[in-house]
Amino acid sequence: MHMADALLSPAVGATLWAGTAAVGGYASKKLKVQINDRTIPLMGVLGAFIFAAQMINFTIPGTGSSGHLGGGMILAILLGPHAAFLTMASVLTVQALFFADGGLLALGCNIWNLGVYPCCLVYPLLYRPLAGEGRSPGRILIASVLSVVIALQLGAFSVVLETLLSGRSELPFGAFVLLMQPIHLAIGIVEGFVTAGIIGYVAAARPEILESVAAARPVGAGVPLAKALTVFALLAVLTGGAFSWFASTQPDGLEWAIERVTGRGELSEAERGVAAVLRGLQEKTAFLPDYGFKAAAAEPAPAAPAAAWPGIEAGTSAAGVTGAAIVLVLVGLIGLGIRSAGRRPGSTP
Amino acid sequence: MSHHIIEFKEVFFRYPDGTAALRGVSFRIVHGESVGVVGANGAGKSTLLQHLNGCLLPTSGQVTIGDLNLTAATRGEIRRKVGSVFQNPDDQLFMPTVFDDVAFGPLNLGLDKAHVRERVESALSRVNGLALKNKPPHHLSAGEKSAVAIAAVMAMEPDILAMDEPAANLDPRSRRSLIGLLKTFQHSKLVASHDLDLILDVCERCIVIGEGRVVADGPSEDILSNRTLLEANNLELPLSLQRR
Amino acid sequence: MNFHTQYFDLGRLDRLSYRRTAVHSLDPRAKVIATGLFLVTVVSFPKYDVAGLVPFLLFPVLAATLGEIPIGFILRKVLIVSPFAVFVGIFSPFLDTRTVAVIAGLPVSAGWLSFASILLKFALTVSAALLLVATTSFPGVCHALRRLGCPPIFVSQLLFLYRYLFVLAEEAMRIVRAWDMRAFAGRGRGATVFARLVGVLLIRTLDRAERIYQAMLCRGFAGDIPRLGTLRLRSVDLVFVAITAVFLGACRFFPVTEGIGLLAQGIWR
Ligand SMILES: Nc1ncnc2c1ncn2[C@@H]1O[C@H](COP(=O)(O)OP(=O)(O)OP(=O)(O)O)[C@@H](O)[C@H]1O
Ligand SMILES: [Mg+2]
Repeated sequence: MHMADALLSPAVGATLWAGTAAVGGYASKKLKVQINDRTIPLMGVLGAFIFAAQMINFTIPGTGSSGHLGGGMILAILLGPHAAFLTMASVLTVQALFFADGGLLALGCNIWNLGVYPCCLVYPLLYRPLAGEGRSPGRILIASVLSVVIALQLGAFSVVLETLLSGRSELPFGAFVLLMQPIHLAIGIVEGFVTAGIIGYVAAARPEILESVAAARPVGAGVPLAKALTVFALLAVLTGGAFSWFASTQPDGLEWAIERVTGRGELSEAERGVAAVLRGLQEKTAFLPDYGFKAAAAEPAPAAPAAAWPGIEAGTSAAGVTGAAIVLVLVGLIGLGIRSAGRRPGSTP
Repeated sequence: MSHHIIEFKEVFFRYPDGTAALRGVSFRIVHGESVGVVGANGAGKSTLLQHLNGCLLPTSGQVTIGDLNLTAATRGEIRRKVGSVFQNPDDQLFMPTVFDDVAFGPLNLGLDKAHVRERVESALSRVNGLALKNKPPHHLSAGEKSAVAIAAVMAMEPDILAMDEPAANLDPRSRRSLIGLLKTFQHSKLVASHDLDLILDVCERCIVIGEGRVVADGPSEDILSNRTLLEANNLELPLSLQRR
Repeated sequence: MNFHTQYFDLGRLDRLSYRRTAVHSLDPRAKVIATGLFLVTVVSFPKYDVAGLVPFLLFPVLAATLGEIPIGFILRKVLIVSPFAVFVGIFSPFLDTRTVAVIAGLPVSAGWLSFASILLKFALTVSAALLLVATTSFPGVCHALRRLGCPPIFVSQLLFLYRYLFVLAEEAMRIVRAWDMRAFAGRGRGATVFARLVGVLLIRTLDRAERIYQAMLCRGFAGDIPRLGTLRLRSVDLVFVAITAVFLGACRFFPVTEGIGLLAQGIWR
């Protein structure tokens, strides 16, 4: 499920972009030291593969509806977390541009929802420990289904949160969650089986190929990942917070400028009629930002009661801070997860 | 000039899955020689050509290019001398535009920008592909892709040319100009093809490969007119010889 | 959407981007920046603002017309991806029923306003993204990203992805055709067969990646991808960005739509 630009507020979009850019910068920094010559073409071609595979639909058993491959988990299994994350990010970028899936501002959210969770969180925390180094089909199956399901649940829940924090939709939280999570549970189970099927098929048909991919795959250098991630998380939160603060104060300042530039005199006649009704309404429903009605009212109303402004500011930055807090928690989880996976011998990410 | 010599001594090659693709191949090509490699599907032609640039290393036996024995250590240097055109141009044209692709080799040789541009333009015009310069490879027809793949190799000005099915997708006129182009290439070259007329036209010598071995090696005119030899290797007399 | 439509749309959009028009010849960086500004401005409009968004339609319309991009094609693509936004937005009219205006005697609820605003933003943002690729070759976008500070590793593999997208999509198409020919009446269309087919595609892809790597080595690849810098910012590009910024700023910070409305009313009276 792709997040869309139209449902986003700039604060939430920017926060997620900051988080995604931080993870992306970190992943490419890691890759630069771990990389082997083969990795870049391999990443690109596998990205194209995911893209092509996503264009093929299959019938979901018992429903008659059709599903397609998500891909993040397969990439992580083949390439390891860092390279897989960057590849998934580029798949989503191409999708945003060529298929307009989501949008360019929502791309940050989409990379976060569909890239960070499977590649950086679920794969090292869940898939690796479960599937182990062995190629036992049973373990691959269990690990894939669980991982894909959990990654998709996290992704779907994030879509809900991002939509709600943006405040562009009226959908109540409970209903939205109840709608999104079960759908993605079903999708996740099917996709998990398909992922296991693909990996199992390749492991059976050409076992040497998985080994050579594993050899081409960048190796972890044992850098204190959690520490670096913490820095990036802080950075993301600061950027997000600063931006939402900016976003929340700016419209006020602008409004003031607009009033000055356009002048009150000519506009005052519009204040009768609709605008007056509106302002009355607005005062009753205090949670509505007054600038929200300006367009509907056709004219900027005279300065709203001053008391309304701090409320708005708090509201917008509340969204930014909440978003940032979530990013912080998630990035923290990634850091902890990767570190604990790294402690386990033979499962260094 | 020893640096254009190609020598295979008892070369064996086995793919990781166990297929023995070369089973004791020996021959020697001297400077300026133009040699065709023919044989049935799966005979081992492509495998042999991939030994010339070190994409594959012999399982046993020895490959010598110029003064160098092919090993993992020397293959970087050998690749500078040998220009290879692969059987599938899509694998070879990996850059997003034709220009970038043809420029890839010269840039890696460390040439300056003006020089690179010059090389790209002259290589593209030699294959009649100058008009394709700004196109992305995936918008080219199969024959145009082949032409650009050849230009990409020519732009590196190699000492030795190894081509796998260079004419596979070319229309008659492009094929004709490829033949002309190959004839102007002065150094040693090895061309693997099922197009026996092209081999007859371009190569004075011909090696027949069968099941990973050299079945016959001699002047093209003799070999390509030997109906029994050709038919034993799933080949036919070249059209130009059938008419006689 | 079936495979063939997707595949041909992909090719069509890509081909459009290699045309030569005034819009196409602008520096990719300028277009990326302008698109970014446009998106941020549009999205920054508050929930109930509809009128203020309308002037922004000028941007996609200008890009499509000057860039000679078929508008119907872009609109169709916008429609195809619209379900999620529509789904999320459609609840607003039912949940937010306070009347905020009376237009032509009909009461308009705040929910309808916000729904309309979502739809408008959706159309604007999606078409802006599509028009960016339709008027800028993808390698151009990538080089712009590189110059604007994207990590080189990311950009390099993005370029590989683009290069092999079409090759693999074609390969996938051959597989799908063969599959369609042998899967009848819904049998053999399930996830198991799908996993096997995609497994085959994956094996071919991995083999191909190895051949590509060999081809790169044969042409002297030693770890990084050299490029001739061909981007050059001209004054046209700067003017373009400046005009866009002024336009966006004006439409965002001044009630342009209302102003025009008032003016019209004044003249009419
Ligand atoms: N990557 C590979 N792994 C395993 N076996 C291979 C591989 N590539 C080729 N082979 C096998 O090696 C043998 C020689 O193949 P090669 O590609 O060299 O034949 P060829 O003479 O070029 O055939 P063609 O005329 O069809 O191009 C064949 O039996 C083939 O099946
Ligand atoms: Mg061959």
